Amino acid sequence: MTDEINNKAKEDDADVLSRATSGEYKYGFTSDIDTDVIPAGLSEDVVRLISEKKGEPEWLLDFRLKAFRHWLTLTPPEWAHLNIPEIDFQAISYYAAPRKKASPKSLDEVDPALIDTFNRLGIPLEEQKALSGMAVDAVMDSVSVRTTHRERLAELGIIFCSFSEAVREYPDLVRKYLGKVVSYRDNFYAALNSAVFSDGSFVYIPKGVRCPMELSTYFRINASGTGQFERTLIVADDDAYVSYLEGCTAPMRDENQLHAAIVEIIVEDRAEVKYSTVQNWYAGDAEGRGGVYNFVTKRGLCRGDYSKLSWTQVETGSAITWKYPSCILAGEGSVGEFYSVAVTNNRQQADTGTKMIHTGSNTRSTIVSKGISAGHSENSYRGLVKVAKDATGVRNYTQCDSLLLSDTCGAHTFPVIDCANATAIVEHEATTSKISEQQIFYCNQRGIPTEEAVALIVNGYAKEVMNKLPMEFAVEAQKLLAITLEGSVG
Amino acid sequence: MEELLKVSDLRAGIDGKEILRGINLTVRPGEVHAIMGPNGSGKSTLSGVLAGDPRFTVTGGTASLNGVDLLALSPEDRSHEGLFLSFQYPVEIPGVTMVNFMRAAVNAKRKYFNEPPMSAADFLKLMRQKRAIVELDNKLASRSVNEGFSGGEKKRNEIFQMAVLEPKLSILDETDSGLDIDALRIVAGGVNKLRTDRNATIVITHYQRLLDYIKPDFVHILYKGRIVYSGGPELALELEEKGYDWIKEQVDKE
Repeated sequence: MTDEINNKAKEDDADVLSRATSGEYKYGFTSDIDTDVIPAGLSEDVVRLISEKKGEPEWLLDFRLKAFRHWLTLTPPEWAHLNIPEIDFQAISYYAAPRKKASPKSLDEVDPALIDTFNRLGIPLEEQKALSGMAVDAVMDSVSVRTTHRERLAELGIIFCSFSEAVREYPDLVRKYLGKVVSYRDNFYAALNSAVFSDGSFVYIPKGVRCPMELSTYFRINASGTGQFERTLIVADDDAYVSYLEGCTAPMRDENQLHAAIVEIIVEDRAEVKYSTVQNWYAGDAEGRGGVYNFVTKRGLCRGDYSKLSWTQVETGSAITWKYPSCILAGEGSVGEFYSVAVTNNRQQADTGTKMIHTGSNTRSTIVSKGISAGHSENSYRGLVKVAKDATGVRNYTQCDSLLLSDTCGAHTFPVIDCANATAIVEHEATTSKISEQQIFYCNQRGIPTEEAVALIVNGYAKEVMNKLPMEFAVEAQKLLAITLEGSVG
Repeated sequence: MEELLKVSDLRAGIDGKEILRGINLTVRPGEVHAIMGPNGSGKSTLSGVLAGDPRFTVTGGTASLNGVDLLALSPEDRSHEGLFLSFQYPVEIPGVTMVNFMRAAVNAKRKYFNEPPMSAADFLKLMRQKRAIVELDNKLASRSVNEGFSGGEKKRNEIFQMAVLEPKLSILDETDSGLDIDALRIVAGGVNKLRTDRNATIVITHYQRLLDYIKPDFVHILYKGRIVYSGGPELALELEEKGYDWIKEQVDKE
């Protein structure tokens, strides 16, 4: 009988799928919101202006300025299997914020147009309407609009707030951890973000606390001619647990918009963090006009013994994706996981994967990457499994699958294994497949039209990863897969 | 009596090679027809062409189901109009559960007839009822379509799908191949339970064995892309005894 109950949930997914195949990018609307945008361009003065607008302490301005000066010495990375048009960093506005009262204490003080925007995105900001079991930090352009369920979380000592607020309220915590996992010297986009980041989310789970609800940040780009540069910092203290979700959408625009974020995670002894992303930035049109450049640095440090960090990502949006959520497995017996579905259609390009850096002994990592390419898109998996000299008993398992839906798309894998300790066991499996005509015909014969059949087959292929997502996200992600691949099999 | 399936002078081939060279066949409601013939005579091509398998190209003739021109319809619409093909080699679809697969199939058909999707509760009930017909257990629902199924389970799964979709005309393409005697009995028993005086079945087989369990009203012999001989159930017994050589000789002489 329990089987039957489980099946019921699964059926609802199927229902979602069938509805989804008739959709398009439904988050492409823009909201008419009074926005404070600073003029385009990037200079030390702009960095100072952002810091001033946010009323930041001196140490943070220093951090920004160091990052900015370092950034000036760098050039954009060109090693990825991506064709990135030259970006004019002086043509972007680095700060756009919906005008609001200093800090809304209740929802009544939030601009109704903002509430309406998030309602249309399916993210109600009223707590009584919000998904039970999920607290949301809603970020529009450069600032956090509202964080729900904070009081309930505070009772447990959990801090979940916007990054700006964290800087004001918990400066010692932020200062202790900021830039410790992803240094501003890490790469070009990390330096840029460190100089101009505007907001994001901050999470602290105290010792021994299991966070009772999913924490979620929803990122929305609205203003045109701007970039979004947010930072997320998550700290799970000893024996803590948190599941964190991130979703993103943007209006349909002819211009390309830059999104360069940083996520830093610190996992202490026996703590566990699950980080899930459903990335649905606007991907551009069928000819490749417009769309978001998603250049993101995400990394977690499993500092504690027997700590665990699990990344799950479903990447369907963005014109160009460049991201490698990674784990540094320093603590004895710590565990890193990376589950990824990356879908590209039309002219989209994705170069994504992970780095598992094993510096601790008896550390384990699992990588499951499912690439799906259609249309004229290019989809690459890039991964590094590194085992340090002193790390004994390390295990890694990597599975890297590619599914091709057209003759004009590309699927590539660039796995690197760098192993300096002979006791390590590192496995790598890879497959490439196409949806067969016989699979489609079998579905057709049972009455299932081709479009729906493709959605079914693709979701089946990606299931191993989708199953890692929290329930609410899994349904959303399945819909997205179907929509992204619409019309991709003729 | 009305005609359920009417095939006239149907010609079809693959990669420019003609395989069906003028098939004529009429099936009425309530009937079971067996199509037998030596290897390479075109049996599977006939079932594939009727179901709309894109590998085959129709070069002439007509085929209608309940008066509807089959050849003008997409494979899925042929399914909605009541044609079911039990595959000789059921296809595996990794990661897609049977419950999701069948729900998509059932609701696609309902959509075709402008009916709302079936509720989860009703659908589960339907699954439960139908899987009993071929003695499949409740693990079926959560298993991926045909993945890791034994030969016998795959064929039982085909008949289960047939039971759910309630077709007007079922074509069983070598459903007996690869089955042990117990599985054969279950599969044939399932087919017999689904027989009514409103639907019909075409059984494609090499062997008389299956016809001991599914009693045909007519037996046709397909050879070199044509039905060269038709008769009653006794024809199958005769074939079992004498083989196909006498038919081949007779046809090749002409």
